[in-house]
Amino acid sequence: MSPIYYVTLSVFLFVVGGVGVLVRRNAIVIFMCVELMLNACNLAFVAFASMWGNLHGQVIAFFVMVVAAAEVVVGLAILMAIYRARRSASVDDANLLKY
Amino acid sequence: MTHVLAAAAPNADTITQHLVWWILAIVSGSAAVAMILVRRAVHCAIMLAVVMLCLATMYAMLGAPFLAFVQIIVYTGAVLMLFLFVLMLIGISSSDSIVEKIKGQRQATGLLAIGLFVLLVVGIGHASLGPAVPQTAANGTNNLSGIATLIFTTYVFPFEATGALLITAALGAMVLAHRERAVPRPTQRELAARRLASGQLAPDPPPGIYALHDAADRPALLPDGTTSGLSVSTTLSPRDVIEAPQFVPAETRVAITAERLEQELAQAGEAES
Repeated sequence: MSPIYYVTLSVFLFVVGGVGVLVRRNAIVIFMCVELMLNACNLAFVAFASMWGNLHGQVIAFFVMVVAAAEVVVGLAILMAIYRARRSASVDDANLLKY
Repeated sequence: MTHVLAAAAPNADTITQHLVWWILAIVSGSAAVAMILVRRAVHCAIMLAVVMLCLATMYAMLGAPFLAFVQIIVYTGAVLMLFLFVLMLIGISSSDSIVEKIKGQRQATGLLAIGLFVLLVVGIGHASLGPAVPQTAANGTNNLSGIATLIFTTYVFPFEATGALLITAALGAMVLAHRERAVPRPTQRELAARRLASGQLAPDPPPGIYALHDAADRPALLPDGTTSGLSVSTTLSPRDVIEAPQFVPAETRVAITAERLEQELAQAGEAES
């Protein structure tokens, strides 16, 4: 089966994740959409690895997973700190630097 | 398990593969779209779990059994649990506001998304992608040893760097989550003095006192028949689950008890005869 199928699905998931990041207001949901985009990239990496018949794409996908896990830990900690200070998880409310 | 997954890899039946791919693509695609449409964050997390499980199956189909399991264990297991954990902490009922702060943001986002999708698909469609090549040579004895060989030879420095990254992330999370005490912790003596000064020595009444039931959502009744707000948890009142005040006079309570007793006696009599 051609990897083009997987890559197309990965593009679709990436675009949907991007729309989620732009449209949603809840910071946690935005984070989930970022995770969706990272997953879509992983799918493309693995599909291309199977196209070339080597494992480099799989190793890169593995590294992406590790970095995503670290990013989630720090991101959610920042979210908790903001929530503690402002009692809101909406990105519209975190606008102290705006004015 | 591993060789079952490997059997589903490139050499397997093409029609089966196409069928499985279409099912997974439809499920994961619609779950992803639902994820940005549903309003509550918990439903978003469930949809994300569906997408991740579908992707794990696809990794198995693409001949990456190790990544399939890491996807399930790390993403669906750890990362999503972390998301749910934070969701529970900052309020499960938090849902998005639907007020548009920037005018025309949604329309612009839709246009942008369609443009990006078309651009990427056309770009990939023009590239000449070959068919999937069996990874037998790269794998060595199996997929896991092939990946391990790569990680500990070619990618050993990035691997070390991810170790440093993980430690830094853990430290960062601890620093961010840490809260300095603005005032020193009150001692037991101070707490006792505060309680004496407050005028209420006894603890708050438990729910259900003098009411018909002792469920946690039944406030206790005061001697004059009104309910005591102290007796139920403060987290219950915003959820509208607290029962309306229900004062039952003593005679009625006696009557109810007598009626129940009679019923039980009648049942016992029936059982004997």
